[in-house]
Formats: sequence, C-alpha cells, structure tokens
Amino acid sequence: MSIDLKTIKHISKLSRISVDEQKADKLADDLNSIFKFIEKLNELKTDNVEPLTSVAETNLKLRTDEVKSKDIRDQIIKNSPQDNEDYFVVPKVIE
Amino acid sequence: MSEITKQSLSELVKNIKDKNLSSEEVTKAFIDRSEKSKELNAYITENYSSALENAKKFDQKPNLELKLPGIPMAVKDLFCTKDIRTTAGSKILGNFVPTYESTVTQNLWDEGAILIGKLNCDEFAMGSSNETSFFGNVQNPIDKNLVPGGSSGGSASAVAGQLTPVTIGTDTGGSIRQPASFTGTVGLKPTYGSCSRYGIVAFASSLDQAGPMAQNVKDCALLQEVISTYDPKDSTSIEFKRNEYSKELTNNIKGKKIGIPKEYRVEGMPKEIEDLWQKGIEFAKDCGAQIVDITLPHTSYALPTYYIVAPAEASSNLARYDGVKYGFRAKGENLTDMYEKTRSEGFGDEVQRRIMIGTYVLSSGYYDAYYLKAQKIRKLIKNDFDEAYKKVDAILTPSTPSSAFKIGEKKDDPVSMYLNDIFTVPVNLAGLPGISIPAGHDTNGYPLGLQIIGKAFDEQSILNIAYAMEEKIKFKNKITDWWIK
Repeated sequence: MSIDLKTIKHISKLSRISVDEQKADKLADDLNSIFKFIEKLNELKTDNVEPLTSVAETNLKLRTDEVKSKDIRDQIIKNSPQDNEDYFVVPKVIE
Repeated sequence: MSEITKQSLSELVKNIKDKNLSSEEVTKAFIDRSEKSKELNAYITENYSSALENAKKFDQKPNLELKLPGIPMAVKDLFCTKDIRTTAGSKILGNFVPTYESTVTQNLWDEGAILIGKLNCDEFAMGSSNETSFFGNVQNPIDKNLVPGGSSGGSASAVAGQLTPVTIGTDTGGSIRQPASFTGTVGLKPTYGSCSRYGIVAFASSLDQAGPMAQNVKDCALLQEVISTYDPKDSTSIEFKRNEYSKELTNNIKGKKIGIPKEYRVEGMPKEIEDLWQKGIEFAKDCGAQIVDITLPHTSYALPTYYIVAPAEASSNLARYDGVKYGFRAKGENLTDMYEKTRSEGFGDEVQRRIMIGTYVLSSGYYDAYYLKAQKIRKLIKNDFDEAYKKVDAILTPSTPSSAFKIGEKKDDPVSMYLNDIFTVPVNLAGLPGISIPAGHDTNGYPLGLQIIGKAFDEQSILNIAYAMEEKIKFKNKITDWWIK
C-alpha cells in the first residue's frame, strides 16, 4: 500500500492542517516509511481476539452530577487568543 | 556536609529536617546552578523569584512533618501549573497560562515542595530526543551535542546536571525511562492508573502516566509515594493500596523470580547492550534473585501497534487546539482557514506527522484494518505479560537498544527514532510499571540503563529489586560540568 498526494490532501483536510506541495511530498515519504513498518501487524491472525480498549480493568465509576466549578467564566475566557469580555471571537461564519 | 546541589533528595530532606539547611539555602543553591547552566536549555520557564519567596515563607513557619519540606523542584512542562505558563514544548501553547493545577503537582506542593521552573520536553511529549521542542534542543550533561533522550529530556538533563534534586516526567512509550537511561539517572513509569492524569497535557490517554525521575532509587520511591494518589478527577485513576514506597524499600530480594525474555535479544543489538544485560543478570543473582527464562512472543509487534494506538489517540486529543479558546491563533480568511493555518503554524513537524497518521488510521474504511487490529494485538501483548507473571515476579531487560546519540543524528528518519522505544513501549501497552536504573557505560563513557518491569500495582517489588541491584552496581555518572563557564 502506498499513500499518495491525494490521500495526504484528504488527511490534511480531515485533520484541519493546511499542507503545501513541498510539505505534502515530505509527508507522503514519511508516512509511507512509517506504514511500511506498521504493515508487520498483518502477519498476525486476530479474528478471534478481543480488542483491548483500556488496561484499567475497572468499570468507570458513577458520580453525582453536581456543579463543582462555579463562576469561572473569567478563568475560561482568560486564555482566549482574541480579547473579548463575554465570548470567544472567531472569524465571521455567516455571510 | 557536601555541596548542596550534590546531595540526594533524601539527604536534603534530612538536612532540612535537622535544621542543618534552610529551604532558602537549598532553593538558592539550585537556582544558582540552574542560572549557570543555561547552555543545557533544560528550562522553558523559570520561576526563580517566586520560588525564593516561597522558600523564605516556608522557613518562617517550617512544617517539618511534610515529606518534601521546602524542597525546590523543577517539573516537566507538560503539567499544568496554576498561573505559571505551561507550553508542552509547543508553539501552540506558547502563551498558555493554566487557571488550575494538575493533581500530581498539587500533591508535590501539598508535601512542601517548591516549584523552581518548568522543564523542556519534546512537543506534546512526542519524541525520543527532545529535538521536537519548539523551545530548542536540550543538551545532555554527559557530553556536548548529545541528546538527553525524550520526551522528558529537560527533566533528565536537569536531574543529571543537578539543576533540580528530583523531577517528575511523563511516559507514554518510554519518555521517562529512555531519557533516564541516556543520562545515568533513575526513572519510574508507574502502573497505568497509579498517578492522576488530571491537568497533564494529554498525548495518548490510554498510555500516558506521570512518574518520578531521580539520582537514585530511594529518592524515586519517596517521590512516587507523594505523587501516586487516587483522584476522582481522572476517570481512569484506580483505587488500590498504595505503599509508603520509601519506607517499605528493602534490598532483600532473596528468592524473587526475575524473568529474562528471549525476544528482547533483538537483531542488530550492540554487543555492549547484550553485555550489560548479562551483567545485570549476574547482579540480580548476586542479590539472591532467581533467574527464569521466559517468552513474550508478541514483543516485535509492540512498536508497530504503538504507532497506531498512540497517534490515533493523539489525533483525537489534539483536535482541541483550534485557535479558538486558548493558545496560538493564526489569521485566516474564514473559520476553516483559521483552523487550518493555526494548526499548520502552531504544531511542529513530528506532531503534524502523528496527527496525520492518527487521522488516517481512524478514518472511514481504515479503522478496522489499523486501529481495531492494533487494539487486538495490544491484547495479545498484554496476555504475554499475564502469562509470564504466572512464573515470575518481575522482568529484567535493557532500557534502550543503544546509548545516547548525537543531536541531529536521527532527526530526519522517524522510524529509526521510533526504534529507540523498542524495549519500553510494550510496558505502556500492557499498563505495567517499569523502572530504568543506570547500570554501566559504553565505550564512550555514556551511561546505559537496565529496565525492571513489574506486575500491575506492584511498584514496590521493582523498586526493591532496583534498590538491591543499585547497591551492587555502584554506578557513578561521569559528569564534568563542561557547560559551566
């Protein structure tokens, strides 16, 4: 299997990372060498193996749904890249 | 009394408790040495003046019952520290100042420790040489232009260079143990669920664990006992009986069964690593341990499995960096353009590479072939360990397939960089504890480490084995302070 430039463009769109032509070439090379390395997994038959999703073999705990952090709006806004007192500001979405 | 920065954590604690030293004296000594050590580039953010204030405050009303009374400490810049910049080694978090504290660091401060700074690391902990940090390479105190390992490279460099008495790092595939091995220090990756992940910048959530890094095993045990707590704020934090690891530390390991997995004898492994391993086996025998040959048949599949699971989780975790709520934002013509430029300019090459791999293996049509397949093989790898632990108490392996390499040597070849973690990655996939201890030198005089892997939640046994072996090995780090003018 090989990852072509079209696939790189597709993944870059899915991951919301813009990629120019030069970078796309380099990424295709890198990803191909990494996937060649990963192909080794196909040696193993795994039809009857249960997938392991977490090593912590305990069920997630239930807890009461209560508010613990109150009045932290200022804290949440504090690191926003564009200053605004009440909202996160983004480029215009609706024309 | 020896020079302050040469003392171990345990010695410093004792000297402060016995009032031979004040917190201010100790804090000042480590700050002075850190100031003289800028060439190592171990720090991303310094917290010197507020550390000195806190030390003075501690001395005015010293609580000597605490486990880390007035002990200064720098930590990996992956732990969120309230009101102190936390970057994860990335441009995208270059101006991020958390409004909350990670549980693990809070545990340190609650026991009296004082933050002196945030230590350099690979960007989002993705790397094995600290070369992916937006804030530049870190030098290994062992030799100029040598990588300190990664991702906790700044942490390892700071401990080996005695800029901090101990530190905490994080380990997703070897990021504590590999740099410990490269710098002649001790590093413990605890059992998954032992230390809370709350407030740690996430990389791969099913693998990430925080852990201690120190000059010796006893200091490591003390620090582990402080940072390991059950935390309801981390849904994968596990309630189990946590020992007072340093108090229960013993060098009596007579009759302990230590497994030697034949699959770790990998092709092309340098002779000095093989020799070190043999030497380790002899030391373990000298300590009274019983050596048992074991098999971990799926070892060679661990690294390819890891390079599906970790990037998949990373691509999902790092989706939050969109330039909207915090962190760096690039200008864009519209919302999508802003997202794409922010992430393209804000993330470095390795992080982008891993996000792309992760996105691909999770994308429609490929999920079963890659991600599900990897999860199944992860199960087989864990089963290997479960089988082995029916016969043995712990497993002994080399920590890394080589000693530290030169800065730039492997930077352009991702796969050869990934191979660094061949002996450490299986431990994360199985969620087990592992410790790396310095055990010898290669022909250049660079340190080499041995790894002891334990059963889940049995940190005490591997700490004990490490403690007993440390006594026999009598390792001395060869550090000349070359970076101090």
